Amino acid sequence: MSILEVEDLSISFKQYTGGLKQKHHHVITDLTVTLEAGEILAVVGASGSGKSLLAHAILGILPSNAGMSGTIKYAGDELTAARQRAVRGKEIVLVPQSVNYLDPLMRVGAQVRTSVKQGDAIRAQRKVFQRYHLKSDVENMYPFQLSGGMARRTLLSTAMVSEANVIIADEPTPGMDPAVIVEALHHFRELADNGCAVMLITHDIESALKIADKIAVFYAGTTVEVAPVDDFFGNGEALRHPYSKALWRALPQNDFIPIRGSQPDPSALPSGCLFAPRCEKATLECGQARPEMRNLRNGMVRCIHAT
Amino acid sequence: MNKRVNRHIGLFLLLKSVRMATLLVAICFISFLLIKNSPIDPIQAYIGADMLKVGPEQREKIAEHWGLDQPIIVQFVSWGSALLTGDLGTSMIYRRPVAEIIHERFLHSFVLMITAWVLSGIIGFAMGVISAMKKDTWVDKFIKWYCYTLASTPTFWLGLLMLIVFAVWLGWFPVGLGVPAGVLAENVTIADRIHHLILPAMTLSVIGVANVALHTRQKLLDVLASEYVLFARARGEHGFGLFWRHGLRNVAMPAITLQFAAFSELFGGAVLAEQVFSYPGLGQATVEAGLRGDVPLLLGLVICSALFVFVGNVIADLIYYVLDPRIRERRMI
Ligand SMILES: Nc1ncnc2c1ncn2[C@@H]1O[C@H](COP(=O)(O)OP(=O)(O)OP(=O)(O)O)[C@@H](O)[C@H]1O
Ligand code: SF4
Ligand SMILES: [Mg+2]
Repeated sequence: MSILEVEDLSISFKQYTGGLKQKHHHVITDLTVTLEAGEILAVVGASGSGKSLLAHAILGILPSNAGMSGTIKYAGDELTAARQRAVRGKEIVLVPQSVNYLDPLMRVGAQVRTSVKQGDAIRAQRKVFQRYHLKSDVENMYPFQLSGGMARRTLLSTAMVSEANVIIADEPTPGMDPAVIVEALHHFRELADNGCAVMLITHDIESALKIADKIAVFYAGTTVEVAPVDDFFGNGEALRHPYSKALWRALPQNDFIPIRGSQPDPSALPSGCLFAPRCEKATLECGQARPEMRNLRNGMVRCIHAT
Repeated sequence: MNKRVNRHIGLFLLLKSVRMATLLVAICFISFLLIKNSPIDPIQAYIGADMLKVGPEQREKIAEHWGLDQPIIVQFVSWGSALLTGDLGTSMIYRRPVAEIIHERFLHSFVLMITAWVLSGIIGFAMGVISAMKKDTWVDKFIKWYCYTLASTPTFWLGLLMLIVFAVWLGWFPVGLGVPAGVLAENVTIADRIHHLILPAMTLSVIGVANVALHTRQKLLDVLASEYVLFARARGEHGFGLFWRHGLRNVAMPAITLQFAAFSELFGGAVLAEQVFSYPGLGQATVEAGLRGDVPLLLGLVICSALFVFVGNVIADLIYYVLDPRIRERRMI
């Protein structure tokens, strides 16, 4: 049984554009993704593809003007708002994307200790700071006294001390030293090997490949492919979806060919396959209906022509 | 607190003092000019109702006695040099040293203002917090309505209303004055004084809460919409605990600052309230000194109130140095 299952999740924002006209921004559409205990799932995709919103939806901290449909299950049962309130911070934790998520008027040591739900909070906090090369005086500092990298390490520490079952890390590494990044990734692997489920949202596919088990590729608010890491090699011939292949080939260490065109605007999504306007393999059929997510070669894909 | 910040505060206070001194000179001079050019005849003010019995010769003598026959600038300089030796002069209407009157009146006013200040600060802050935590509920709507209505209510009007309801109709409180009428000073008890203090202090507080409450409400709404509160929620914090850990610190500082910076409004409100309640404080003395052309007393009061407001502002500025770690512990990384 998967520890976390997101099924057909859709999120939209209403916007009033002059008068009574309403515009719907479909920022997440029919998104399906699962997280297994003991596994790291890396989530990659362009900016604005809905990665952070998925994380916020799981924790139940979406903005109040967001409309949501679909189901999220945790440990087999539906994750209702009441259950979200009960488990967040204890069983499911978030590493937020920006350092502004630290309370500016609270010492960072105290902010990390808040996450320790059992045992000696001070010991746990000092241990994790040591692991991330944060000196002992850092715990008494306020966020404004930290460099960007130090603040990131603090945010990461809040999740690492929590002993949660599920960690959702939203781009935890930018601005950190390469050595600390390696340490952090090792730490995620270690937690996963001890039975934790990790969702690692990242732009750094290269690093993700080293520690993740599977990679989910996001495009325009939906998952287009979930593939085992071993499929990311060569020219992407083992990958299933045209977007994943193109994304892989666009990396500097590969062909470095950018994908032409841009992600569709959330207020004007194509009616068929969301990738159709940019897809080289697109046929007439692609524009008629949204492709379903289907199993293919030990992974999943949302493309009718994928083989 | 480290040395750098201490030096910073020292420099800050020095600058402020220089500013204060120049400001005081300017204020005194302008008030002096205004009074001298007002249609009020200080000699008439001094003599009062016996004016008809006083001949022109006597008038001249009185003028000479007070130095009123000298050019304005000479009068100002002689008043100013006396001031530097600590002598505020003698009140023309009370015929007692100005310093003595101000001292006595200030104690009365101070008790009134501090009571109103503390009450309005605490109640206003609590109202703002409740309003923001319960945003868009009927409690919030009621508090907002109250604040907007009260913020536009003149103090004297509210004072009169309070007098009519609580003193005249209900008879709970005395109609005015700071002590019971016809009782010897030594027989006046603390309870008497408090009894006389309640209505004017309430009038001032009832109006004073509006500013703090609205300001605190807005600040707390900003804080509650912030990313760090979102993260606190994501970590399982909620309700009062969340406010206590992340809200209070972030909204208390601006509220305290605002409250100190509001010293001028407090003083202004006290002047009107004291007048309505015939409460023998600085405000009432100011009105009398102004109406009857008592130049030494008025100038003394001007200095006193300017200092009072100024001290409030300096404290408001200093609070950030002392309380905000972002300023207190600033150091380079
Ligand atoms: N409060 C909001 N109101 C309206 N639209 C929003 C809101 N929050 C996010 N969006 C939109 O939702 C889409 C997805 O945003 P999200 O933050 O999840 O992207 P992301 O994949 O995390 O991007 P990045 O890699 O830049 O962090 C974007 O188009 C964004 O503009
Ligand atoms: S469904 Fe068609 S348009 Fe969409 S990715 Fe597959 S081939 Fe391209
Ligand atoms: Mg994001």
